[in-house]
Amino acid sequence: MPSALPVVAPHEEIPPLSDPRRSDVDEWGRSEHIRSITRRLYDPIYKYWFRVEWEGLEKIPTTGGALMVANHAGAIPSDAPAIMHGIEKELGRPVYGMADYFFRTVPVVGTLWARTGGLPAHPDNAYRLLHDQGQLALVFPEGTKGPSKTYSDRYRLRRFGRGGFVEIAMRSGVPVIPIAVVGAEESMPILFRMNGLAKTLNLPYFPVTANDFVFGPILGKVAYFPVKMKFRVLDPVTFDVDPGLERYSKSRVMDEAEQIRAKLQDTIHDMLRERRSVWFG
Amino acid sequence: MAQALEADPSVEMILGLGTGEPRVPLERTEFVRADQTYSILNRIVRVTQVDTIVHTFLKTNSVGISGRMLHEINVIGTLNLLAAAGAPGSSVRQVVVKSSTHIYGASEKDPTWFREDTRRNAPVRTRLEGSLIEVEALVRDFIVDNPHLVVSVLRFANVLGTDIVTPISIGLRRRLLPCIAGFDPLVQFVEEDDVVRSLEFVTHHRIPGTFNVAGAGKLPWSEVASIAGARLFPLSPIGTHSAAAPFRWVGLIQVPVEMESVMRFGRGVDTSRLVDSGFTYRYTSAGAVESFTRANNLRRSVGGSDPGYRYEQDVEQFFRHSPAVVRGSEG
Repeated sequence: MPSALPVVAPHEEIPPLSDPRRSDVDEWGRSEHIRSITRRLYDPIYKYWFRVEWEGLEKIPTTGGALMVANHAGAIPSDAPAIMHGIEKELGRPVYGMADYFFRTVPVVGTLWARTGGLPAHPDNAYRLLHDQGQLALVFPEGTKGPSKTYSDRYRLRRFGRGGFVEIAMRSGVPVIPIAVVGAEESMPILFRMNGLAKTLNLPYFPVTANDFVFGPILGKVAYFPVKMKFRVLDPVTFDVDPGLERYSKSRVMDEAEQIRAKLQDTIHDMLRERRSVWFG
Repeated sequence: MAQALEADPSVEMILGLGTGEPRVPLERTEFVRADQTYSILNRIVRVTQVDTIVHTFLKTNSVGISGRMLHEINVIGTLNLLAAAGAPGSSVRQVVVKSSTHIYGASEKDPTWFREDTRRNAPVRTRLEGSLIEVEALVRDFIVDNPHLVVSVLRFANVLGTDIVTPISIGLRRRLLPCIAGFDPLVQFVEEDDVVRSLEFVTHHRIPGTFNVAGAGKLPWSEVASIAGARLFPLSPIGTHSAAAPFRWVGLIQVPVEMESVMRFGRGVDTSRLVDSGFTYRYTSAGAVESFTRANNLRRSVGGSDPGYRYEQDVEQFFRHSPAVVRGSEG
């Protein structure tokens, strides 16, 4: 970074400052204490309801930053918590889930989302998390386009935006690790959307799901079908570019993003071909 | 600030300009009373041939002050000050301006850390923020027009410390901190000692530029209350401004309008620019809250005289006196 500032010699060695914190909430809002409680509560759902199975978990690094990307589905997505839980449990390191800043505006749920590792997908946040702190971040390039798909469009990956996630990974100097998700689509499938109601409630979409019909309109928004979830981790994608640049070639970025999308799509089709039952895999 | 400068032997003379009496014991600071917009500043600059102006009179919270007054003090006051500093033949070589991290606003779209060049996302809805933006714009123009001057702008986070009185400190002292139900944002503070030290540092080392000044780290709003032994007073998340109104009116809680968005989304500013220039902090954000709490505990036990140093209301301008006052230069 250029520095035209006159630099003054720092003072003599002073002892590290005391930081009289009472909680373990970090700068992103995440609390390992609260996270371990939610992991304990979620574990039975992970093991017995969704019976999550991983393939290729060893491809996720145990140290250093990486940007994990996955396809996204389920009216109220069930994939994010499951992926984060699995990695935190098996690898013993925190995962930060980057999502829409919309969550920050929701009382209670928004705070809980932050305490369990959720944060807005702002490029500055991503750079600091990945490059400066070498953390694991999970992002869903389809955005809300993924979960808002109706059942008839299931497993057809939407466009990965303008490939912003690739540029973030390039700038931060970390690999992109694609994760293919099977099962989330059927856990809360959308039959149709009510756009008028969505606008009134200020939501990105308002889904009417099969769960609503089985469990009723209220319970249907929190009760998932007991689908079998499978995650397959693909080989990390690295880019032979210099990190920390202001701009990267737009066409290169979009190319890479499309390649990753295509690879995920192929993998998903493979996994679906092998799948014999939605409920049992 | 005056006391800090008095301790610096390279400062030959200090002149303070204010609307009230200085509230701390001073030895070699001369004091002149002025009105809020310091219209007499021009004459004083000419007469004393000062070479440094430290402008700390900006109001950084809107409690008890109308929007119009805020504009008068912040914008008009700064205009007069810059005019005096930049007048042809002026002896001023350095200007240090106090600003506030309120200039960034607080919105859900914000990054977790604001660098000095990060753009704000929140729409400008409060008079305070509007006035800060105007003031910094005036300063930017001033820098362009006066490239030979060293101009520093320090953006301070919310201040807490042993003596200073702020809307938040009042709430903490009363053991009742307002909050927005369902939200527990992360916030930063700067300890009042570090405020003075950073002003002195930038003044003494003549460092130009805009700098965020805040303690390291952020902490949840609820933890601020917990450290200070205060209870949280939840306000409705919908229609917060109106919900707070009756309580604000009877004086139960202090919620300046520019704090409402901070109580919802919090705010963090990156401080590496000032640190890279050689400044070292003595307190983290949590440390500032603790510093306040310890002083407050002492006050509660021992009681007694509490001058309540209100540095926003004092106008302290410290001039460095060059070899001689030029008599008869008043024109």
